[in-house]
Amino acid sequence: MNRRAVITATIALGLAAGPFLAGCTSKPTDPNAIVLTNVSYDPTRELYQAINPAFAAFWKQKTGKDVTFRMSHGGSGKQSRAIIDGLDADVATLGLAYDIDAIATKATLLPADWQKALPDNSSPYTSTIVFLVRKGNPKGIKDWGDLVKPGVQVITPNPKTSGGARWNFLAAWAYGKKAGGSDAAAEAYVTKLFANVPVLDSGARGSTTTFVERGIGDVLLAWENEAFLAEKELGKGQFELVAPSLSILAEPPVAVISANAKKHGTEEVADAYLRYLYTPEAQAAIAHNFYRPRDPKIAEQFKSQFPQIPMVTIDKDFGGWAKAQKTFFDDGGVFDRITTKK
Amino acid sequence: MKVRATSEDRLTQIVLIGLALTFLAFFLLLPLVAVFSEALGQGLGMFLEAVQTPDALAAIRLTLIIAAISVPLNVVFGIAASWAITKFQFPGKSLLITLIDLPFSVSPVVSGLIFVLLFGANGFVGPWLAEHDLKIIFAVPGIVLATVFITFPFVARELIPLMMEQGKDDEEAALSLGASGWQTFWHVTLPNIRWGLLYGVLLCNARAMGEFGAVSVVSGHIRGETNTMPLHVEILYNEYDFVGAFAVASLLALLALVTLVAKSVLEWRFDLHSGASH
Amino acid sequence: MSNTLALAGAPPGVLPRTIARTWRKRSVMPGFGLTFGFTLAWLTLIVLIPLATIFLKAAGMGWHEFVAVGLSPRALAAYRLSFGTAAAAALVNAVFGLLVAWVLVRYSFPGKRVVSALVDLPFALPTAVAGIALTSLYAPNGWIGQFLEPMGIKVAFTSLGITIALVFIGLPFVVRSVEPVLADLGKDVEEAAATLGASRYQTFSRVILPAIGPALLTGFAMAFARGVGEYGSVIFISGNMPGKTEIAPLLIVTQLEQYAYAGATAIAVVMMLASFAVLLLINWIQAVNRRRMGA
Repeated sequence: MNRRAVITATIALGLAAGPFLAGCTSKPTDPNAIVLTNVSYDPTRELYQAINPAFAAFWKQKTGKDVTFRMSHGGSGKQSRAIIDGLDADVATLGLAYDIDAIATKATLLPADWQKALPDNSSPYTSTIVFLVRKGNPKGIKDWGDLVKPGVQVITPNPKTSGGARWNFLAAWAYGKKAGGSDAAAEAYVTKLFANVPVLDSGARGSTTTFVERGIGDVLLAWENEAFLAEKELGKGQFELVAPSLSILAEPPVAVISANAKKHGTEEVADAYLRYLYTPEAQAAIAHNFYRPRDPKIAEQFKSQFPQIPMVTIDKDFGGWAKAQKTFFDDGGVFDRITTKK
Repeated sequence: MKVRATSEDRLTQIVLIGLALTFLAFFLLLPLVAVFSEALGQGLGMFLEAVQTPDALAAIRLTLIIAAISVPLNVVFGIAASWAITKFQFPGKSLLITLIDLPFSVSPVVSGLIFVLLFGANGFVGPWLAEHDLKIIFAVPGIVLATVFITFPFVARELIPLMMEQGKDDEEAALSLGASGWQTFWHVTLPNIRWGLLYGVLLCNARAMGEFGAVSVVSGHIRGETNTMPLHVEILYNEYDFVGAFAVASLLALLALVTLVAKSVLEWRFDLHSGASH
Repeated sequence: MSNTLALAGAPPGVLPRTIARTWRKRSVMPGFGLTFGFTLAWLTLIVLIPLATIFLKAAGMGWHEFVAVGLSPRALAAYRLSFGTAAAAALVNAVFGLLVAWVLVRYSFPGKRVVSALVDLPFALPTAVAGIALTSLYAPNGWIGQFLEPMGIKVAFTSLGITIALVFIGLPFVVRSVEPVLADLGKDVEEAAATLGASRYQTFSRVILPAIGPALLTGFAMAFARGVGEYGSVIFISGNMPGKTEIAPLLIVTQLEQYAYAGATAIAVVMMLASFAVLLLINWIQAVNRRRMGA
């Protein structure tokens, strides 16, 4: 064989192997130091920044071991795909159960009945969908019915790419169905609603920015916690939160990715971490970050913070996420139908 | 020294310069100004604070490491490829050039996806990697691979037109005078192409540091660990930390501008020195 | 003639050496085996093998399914938008990029070095930042948008906005392709042309343009190809409305969001084949041109 060809092949292989070798320098592990990887969705950064040190202290006191956290935040669906493709999460704390279901069904990294592992559908807190309008509510938006009036611009992200937007869509659907009495009426309602949408951002936070920073639109459909954040911090005094007559109970779930935790030997601490979210201390932190706490006592304490809204649920009114996703958001579903028909 | 016949009159020059600058002002300068004005809008203190958080520092470090690995790889490839393509005639040359260009035409979304399909847990070699406890995706190697892929054509693309234009007369002369292949390359070719090469390296470097889409898919977004600067920008932006986001972004822009101005100064000094001999 | 014969008769094992000896014209130049071999090996490892995965994945779905996803009316509308805006942006860049390169190489003016450095900004700025910055400029309440809005010109969230983002992304490709060649092009040919009585315009169109033509075409092709696939910057400034301002890369993301990897690769394959065809065509035109000009 040609000597030159051998040299060439060696150089090419050596160069190609370089980046791989760079990754093999793993850090030495201290048996008393535990690293927990929490893969979460976008808006929870402040929440876990408050909870993680508290849990670390709690765990240190209980077992004498140190826990450090690796946090990853991103869109809920994208994070779920990353776990399926091998991101070594010990726990997943995502925006909707559908995304954790996908991890269970497509990668079998946790049991299919994961949602039964922890109390309250494995959702330590809830939230809902509300409206955010500009100060003084110039368009007089009080309820879903006002959103389809001519000249009202509605901002919502794209349900095809954003988990939060799916909650928006389903809440709107629930209203349309209740007001009109049929699926056909609901479809007519959301068709009119989306005709009033000038921009479909790819994520929930993109929509908030479009509404708040770009000044586009009259009303933003948003997570309650996001709306509070926008009202109280982002654009203090420029916006008002409007509670509609009907909304949807959003239950962001948490789960131990058992296959990964087993591999890392973190099953116990991962489970304790998620259970810690249900303790009064964590529930208070949750309420401070504008999520609705599950603990009745803490809920009572923060009662005045959250408006009372009648809510439908995904399981009772839509037959669960798998069905809702297929009917409404997959290719050829209701959302495609209403946005492509002219 | 001006040769009248081969230059436009001053008025035409001014009009053309004005036109070019207006275009650049609208399409390049204004967005840049927007980035800096957002970054510095709350004062310099906030800016400095934002770029000194541990997460930001970790992102800066990672970005520099990624660039330091990927750029040399592409330089070696770029020189080899342009030598083969411009100094020799062989069939299928257009195809080869097109294949080198290919990464430009692949959507960043796809360039990340291909490495997930290859190395992901359900990918073609993913299970084998998992068995041997090798991590590529959601770790530094995956980010390097995606970056090398994205910046693959930069150096080659810069050198090919230049070396084509220069032809191979100089090299042939050197060879006929008895120089070896390497000597010819070091003493004839390299000096001839050095500015083009430098351009290529700088562009490759800038792009390697700025790449977002592909890296975003293979990074895993673990704070302080696999977040590069562009990813950190997105995260900060999504946290409504606009000052922080634009501060890190302007740092990236600044890095690029500094290297480019440094290049210009180098060029200028070199011109000064060699100018005496002309 | 003899080349093709030699190739057909070569046993597989010695093919690389045979290629080296007979495919190319004899040359005193050394290093063909090394550089050509390395180029192919590296290209295969980094680009071809990874890219093959999307074809493999797409091949996993049936033909009908492939057509249903990859060539659906919605996908076709997205291709039209992506290819249309990318072509428009590349054309703008070809004209203004050439102008910028010309001004930078030939004229001197204060601040030239800074301007030159500025040209590469789109490479350095993360695309998402570029998208955000452009959107904040061209949104109805932005610095530029507020003046355009009363005139009835909507930029942000329309295809015009997408084109502007792609002009931003693609500009350095043209400038940096043309610049080195223009700088290398000595003034002696122009002087010769001028001496022979050519007007400035004639010199430009007959002497300069043909010389920088290949580089300009390359820049155009790369700006175009890059624009077709661009996601990060466009996503902010396009409204993402299905059928109207929905770009093709967004459809890929949409497919992924449904965990439909095969569907995502179907769209990716269609896009890539189209861009590849354009690049190949342009590189082929150049090769033909070179041969005709006898270079």
